[in-house]
Amino acid sequence: MLAKRIIPCLDVKDGRTVKGVNFVDLRDAGDPVELAWQYSEQGADELVFLDITATHEGRKTTIDLVKSVARQVNIPFTIGGGINELRDAEILLNSGADKISINSAAVRNPQLIDDLAKSFGSQFVVIAVDTRSVEGHNYVHLRGGRDRTAIQTEDWIKEAESRGAGEILLTSMDHDGTKNGFDNSLLKKINETLHIPLIASGGAGNQQHFVDTFKDANVDAALAASVFHYGEILIPELKDTLRSNGIVVR
Amino acid sequence: MIGIVNYGAGNIFSLTAALDRIGVSYGMINTKEDFDLYGHIIIPGVGHAGAAMKKLQDSGLVDTILALKKPVLGICVGMQLLTSYSEEGNAEMLSVFPLRTLHFDKRIHEKVPHMGWNSVHIENDCPLFKQISDNAYFYFVHSYFIERDIRHVGASCSYGLSFAAAIQKDNFYGVQFHPEKSGAAGEQLLLNFSRF
Repeated sequence: MLAKRIIPCLDVKDGRTVKGVNFVDLRDAGDPVELAWQYSEQGADELVFLDITATHEGRKTTIDLVKSVARQVNIPFTIGGGINELRDAEILLNSGADKISINSAAVRNPQLIDDLAKSFGSQFVVIAVDTRSVEGHNYVHLRGGRDRTAIQTEDWIKEAESRGAGEILLTSMDHDGTKNGFDNSLLKKINETLHIPLIASGGAGNQQHFVDTFKDANVDAALAASVFHYGEILIPELKDTLRSNGIVVR
Repeated sequence: MIGIVNYGAGNIFSLTAALDRIGVSYGMINTKEDFDLYGHIIIPGVGHAGAAMKKLQDSGLVDTILALKKPVLGICVGMQLLTSYSEEGNAEMLSVFPLRTLHFDKRIHEKVPHMGWNSVHIENDCPLFKQISDNAYFYFVHSYFIERDIRHVGASCSYGLSFAAAIQKDNFYGVQFHPEKSGAAGEQLLLNFSRF
């Protein structure tokens, strides 16, 4: 059986992890490569690096980071942030990234999805969508949920799929940071019409939240950051919990 | 030493990184003569099988590959090249194996591509899986699969249907998953192959 995936997400800036990390036995909590290796040892199925580097010089550091991760970590990883054109993606592919994630660049220029899928294959293209509910409708938001667009989330995800996206990473900005659980009603609704994998993001606070999103929304993967970084949820224990709830995990 | 057939289909960074991690040396094969330098051969490959076959033909290495008596391992699309035919691009393949590469679409109800970690059942005592437990998880990303035939299957996997996760015939082997991305089990498999 295909296993449900658990994905820790690391924010990096200028080659260093940004958010605080509270692991035991960590020599350098700011080193994304060491963190990535720790997560892979714990049984993470995949990793996402979100690069928030703004400067051109910093981007070069990101490329070096991708290469280091690819050299040292034996599970797949995605890199997102700062990818605006084919050339950006190609450099990351050749540096060992398994997938790239694009968000606002795809909203601004949807053709980019077609071009990326055609050039590198759909499996390489993750479309990240930040959504927030406004008066009962879900709208795509940009800049970390600050800017609302006029595009409805369901419509955008359908369009991304038809243009060749290989996977959807859906973050509910209403749930993100609340630790009250994933937005399972929205995830379920989206997942029912989707033919590509769906990753749930935003709201993880405890192990039961992962059980719920896999059971209620039947998502393919669940992503979280702080609950893993601060050691509030340990991946081996989380997987035991999932297994005892009848969910297939690695 | 492992020789990696460098025919331009897909990036091999992850594969060489995995070989580095397990301490197996390697080099690139660009010409027919290069095959003599290595004891083991890996045919990598990602992307479109029909396009990959075209690139392999253009490389002029096909006849040499077919005549090889050394251990050969095809990975993902590199494995599909060893079959006789692929529905992807409706293309004739190398025909090392009398097997077809078929599309998941319309044959299963599950999402396509088959992406993620799936358990692999070892068959016919396939030596690639030495010291790897039965039903270990490997990382897959593919939309086309090779039919499971008891004569040539080395391992099978289930995703809506049962397909060949590994194939074997004489000195030729293929794996559908990505050992270079499959954690410790994948590294063990590459190590096993390097010791054939």
